[in-house]
Order: sequence, then C-alpha cells, then structure tokens
Amino acid sequence: MAEPFTTLTSLPMPLIRDNVDTDQIIPSREMKSTGKTGLADGLFAGWRYTAIGGRDPDSGFVLNDPHYADSQIILGGANFGCGSSREHAVWALAEYGFRAVIAPSFAPIFAGNCVRNGILPAVIDADAITGIAKVDSPITIDLRAQTIRLDDDQSWSFPIDEEAKAMLLEGLDAIDLSLKMADHIATWQAADRAKRPWIYLGAKQ
Amino acid sequence: MRKWRLFLPEPTTLFDKLWNSHTVAALPGGGTLLAIDRVFLHERTGASALNSLAEAGRAVADPARVFAVTDHIVDTRPGRTDKTLMPGGQDFITETRAAAKAAGITLFDVNDPDQGIVHVISPELGIILPGCTLVAPDSHTCTQGAFGALAWGIGSSEAEHAMATGTLRLNKPKSMRVRFSGALAEGVTPKDMIMTLIARHGAAGGKGHAVEFAGQAVQALDMEGRMTLCNMATEFSAMSGFIAPDTKTLAYLEGRRYAPSGEDWDRATQNWRQLVSDTNAAFDTEIEIDASAISPMISWGTSPEHSVGISGAVPDNASERPLKYMALKPRQKLAGTPIDAAFIGSCTNSRLSDLRRASALLKGKTIASHVKAICVPGSSRVKRQAEAEGIDAIFREAGFEWRESGCSMCFYAGGESFDAGSRVISTTNRNFESRQGPGVKTHIASPETVVASALAGVIADPRALQDG
Repeated sequence: MAEPFTTLTSLPMPLIRDNVDTDQIIPSREMKSTGKTGLADGLFAGWRYTAIGGRDPDSGFVLNDPHYADSQIILGGANFGCGSSREHAVWALAEYGFRAVIAPSFAPIFAGNCVRNGILPAVIDADAITGIAKVDSPITIDLRAQTIRLDDDQSWSFPIDEEAKAMLLEGLDAIDLSLKMADHIATWQAADRAKRPWIYLGAKQ
Repeated sequence: MRKWRLFLPEPTTLFDKLWNSHTVAALPGGGTLLAIDRVFLHERTGASALNSLAEAGRAVADPARVFAVTDHIVDTRPGRTDKTLMPGGQDFITETRAAAKAAGITLFDVNDPDQGIVHVISPELGIILPGCTLVAPDSHTCTQGAFGALAWGIGSSEAEHAMATGTLRLNKPKSMRVRFSGALAEGVTPKDMIMTLIARHGAAGGKGHAVEFAGQAVQALDMEGRMTLCNMATEFSAMSGFIAPDTKTLAYLEGRRYAPSGEDWDRATQNWRQLVSDTNAAFDTEIEIDASAISPMISWGTSPEHSVGISGAVPDNASERPLKYMALKPRQKLAGTPIDAAFIGSCTNSRLSDLRRASALLKGKTIASHVKAICVPGSSRVKRQAEAEGIDAIFREAGFEWRESGCSMCFYAGGESFDAGSRVISTTNRNFESRQGPGVKTHIASPETVVASALAGVIADPRALQDG
C-alpha cells in the first residue's frame, strides 16, 4: 500500500542519461538486508560517493547539489530503469523522497515496480525533458489530468494506463483487488486443470 | 464465399495463443488478469517477497507450483557453505531457507544436486513447459521463453501477487517478430545474434513488445542456443522473448522430473503442437535480420547496444560517458585491446554446450599469463556432466579456475570481484558501469570470443582459432 498520488509540485532534478540501470540506482552491494528499507543511503551510490563503498559525497553528482535537495521528481533519459528487476531500486527512490520519474521511455519491469510503490513513471519526449531541465523551475504533475505543467504557457500530457492511474491515485493494493476475484480465479483454474492437468503439480484431483 | 470465410478462424500469433489461454478475466480499464503457472524465487529477493507476504497475513495459494533456489549470491568457490563473501550474504540464504520452508515451497538449496542458476535448472528439471506462464524476480526469466512459454521477470511486489493469487494484472504488450533468415557462419553464435539485434535496434528497441524469434537460423539452434538468444530479450527492453516449440523442445523435456509423463505427456504434446504463429498472422512490428551477415560481436561501451562486430571499431560518434568509463577512443579498433580477465558463466552462456565449445577451443592451449580466468558452470548438474567429460581438466590445464555453480561474478554484490578498473571479457549479459566490480570494464561476447581473447591476452576474433 503506497501513499496516494494526485498532484505533485517540485523542482525536478535532471539526470538525463540514457540507459540508467537499476545497478546504478541501487548497486547490488548496497542491498544489505533482506528487507525493503535502509536503502536510501545507497541510492545512486556508485555516482554519489567518491569511492565504491565509501560515503564521501562526489560534489559533481546532481544528487549532491543543494539546489535540488528537496526535489521529488527526476528528469531521466531513455530506457530509464533497465537491467535487473530488483524492486530495491524503486524502494530506494521512494525512501529517499522521489515520487515521480519523467523519461522518454522506461524498462517495463521498473515501470511496473514504480506504480506498485507509489512512484509515477511519466513518459514525455526527450526534447521536452531537455527543455524543462533548462528552465530549472518547479513543475506540477497532475495525475488526474495526466499533465506536466511548467508554467501557464508550457504543458505536456503523458500517457498512463487506467489501472496504473487508479492504483497511484488511490494508493490501491493490487493483491487486495485481485483477491476479490478469488472465486472467479478458482473457477477458471478448475476448468484449466481439466484441460492442462500437467500444469498443476500438487495432489491430483 | 463470404459466409464460409466467417467460419475460418483468424490467423493468430503464438503470443496471442499464450495470452488468450491464460486470460482469467478482462479487467476494467483494459487490463487482463493473467493466470501464472509457475513462480521461481532466488535468495537475493526471495526472503523479502515471502516474508512480506506472510507479514500481510497472506498465504502462497499453490505452493506446489512455486520454487526457489540459491544462485545469486551463493559462494562459487570450492567447499562452499552458507557463508558468502558478500557482507551479510549469509542472512539472505538462511532467511530464504526459513521462509521457503514456512511457505511449503520447494527449495534447491546450496548443496542440492539440482542447485544452479534459476534459468538453467528450471529447464533441466522440466519446470518450464511449452504453453506455460512462468515468472521470477529476475529480469533474465525471458531465457525460458525458448520453450514456447511466456516467461518474464517481475519485481518483488508482483512475485507476492503471483504467489497469493495465481495471477498477475497486466496490460497486453504489442507483438513483434524478429526473423533471422539464412544460416549462421562458422564461429558465430546465438549470443552474436542477440547482440546484433540490440546493437542495430537499440536497448529500448523492443519496448512495449513481446518478441517471437523465428526464421531459419533460429529453428537451426539447439535448445541451449535458443535459451541464449531469449536470455537477452530483457536487454532489448522487451517484456519477453520466445520461440515456438518443435521436436527439439519435446526431445529436451521428455523424462525431466516435473514434465508430464504417460497419458499426460501425450495430451500435453498434442496441446503444444498448436503453439505456433499461424501463417499470415499479423504482428504489430516485424524485424528481419540476415543471419549469414552476422559476425562475432563485442561490446565496447556500458550498454549492450554499444556493440560492434569483432573486427570493428568504437563508433566515431560514440558518447563521451561510456568512452571515458571504458577508457576507449572513437575509431579505436576493439581487436587487439589488452584484457586483464576472462569470465565464462551466467544464465546467458554457462550451459554444457557452451562449456563444450569453449573447451574444444582451449584444449591443449594455455591462456596468456597476465589473464585471470574463471569458469562457472550454470548448474551443479552441468558441472557434474562437464567433469564426467573431462572438460574441467581442459579448463584447469589452460589456466582457468573451475568453480561451483551460481551467478557468481556476473554481478558484483559487494564481495568477490575482478580487480578495480580491470578490463574483463565476459559471456555475461550486462556491461553496465561497475557491474562486475568497482570500475571494472566489461566487454560482453560469446564463449568462443572469450576463449580466443583469454588465449591471446587481447580481444581476439575466435574465427582465427577455428581456422587453425
């Protein structure tokens, strides 16, 4: 269950690199416990600190720029979140305080993980993202209207599928939603078991 | 005439058949509740998914169809225990063991004879089957699409969803067919096919699509080669990659532990024979690649899309960041670049056929003295079979370390790694920054190219070896 997402106004932090992978968002070595927390410190660790495993901030990396200290939105490059399926990447972003990533395209598993943890993955084109970064002012994301507004003159709309939108707006838990259909699932499985008994590995019925 | 046509079924893609046969319900908003036939967990994220499920008071709906394995951070040095070089790594193993037991699911534990990389052992045990849906919290789950199944990587939350409900909520992706026409030249491998596709069409080239691999060169591949091809569909940003099952698929699966037998086998194979894209079925996107024009590939940058033919050079317009990280220059030839280390392993290229081909090239030779070389079989079964064939001896005598099975140095988990900043040629699937250790520069390639380079001490074309 995540915090509902309706509108968000924040200065966006530019991290406009193509193929930012989940190893960079949270390196495997920073996943130190089997839980979902304690990850914010490892967010972008390979770029954020001067040495691997160290904690001295690299002043050249945008996450360490005080100008963006309160930023809740990342402006990203193409194929954002590619690589490993680790949901820790999204848990780390959320724990650090990011609520949205705007990019020209996302890796599919990462985008799904975002929605399930209350982070909006918004797709707009690369030129618009570069333009927003240049202006360097707060933007407002309105999920209900599916718009990103820079000022009165400039706004962009972004696509999102109905269910992802509903889950983000209402902070819905997908498992609860599906368990409401448990009877329907059981009926489907009984019919399927007659057709494909080899799929059901438990006790034969 | 028109009336008659109404009764002809629409030509359908294999992807549509897989999708439709698993559709439990259409969801409001256009999504689908899709039945999930098998879930596979590993120790890196298995405990967190199982524990989170239990904490929410939810049970695994059908534990007989959920499996787990220790592969990601398990030690691969001889005489291993639960201890790993990764700080805190032991907790991941012991907690996954406890959580698997509590949930009543099957675990292939550290020293189980069936232990190995999830995408190697699932086919070995017949857990993946044609026409089935299989998910795992590992992006390379698409490897198993080689069996005519829909298999793809998910996050932890979706793994919980699949275990609790036997379903996932999904939006149907578009369909793509990638057809490899013609025949591969000598010394060219499925790894080179998938690297060519990604280099030409980009690391996001498959976004929003489920990809069927087809064509003469795909049909000619054995099952292990097909797994290598499907393995990197995730590096193409596709939901999954898959290949229609045929007699090779059936021959591979027959008699495997979890595959159907007897009357069930006959019924199943009848069902599986329908798993092909009908002639004239329409795909949203089609790509054609002439397989005969593919050469051995090598990556130069930090994304699999940064790849060229082995005799090629770093592109003139290569962007600055990957070049700086890889310490290369535009127009620099890749062949001849000195390497520090070589790695054969991972879910891409660690199967028996990979090790056989590599050892055939290595036999009686010694790798360059400055190269640290490691071979990690994909499963304990692969390791035993390779040892029975004397393959381990060939690797050892050539100067390779021979390890226990696991994901090993495909990625750096904070423990063992290649030397900081060293240049590695590797059969793995990712060349991301620091993927194999702090500052490590990874060039991905086929096992043949890794062997040729390890022998030469520089990036080298494997075809020269075969000619000799």
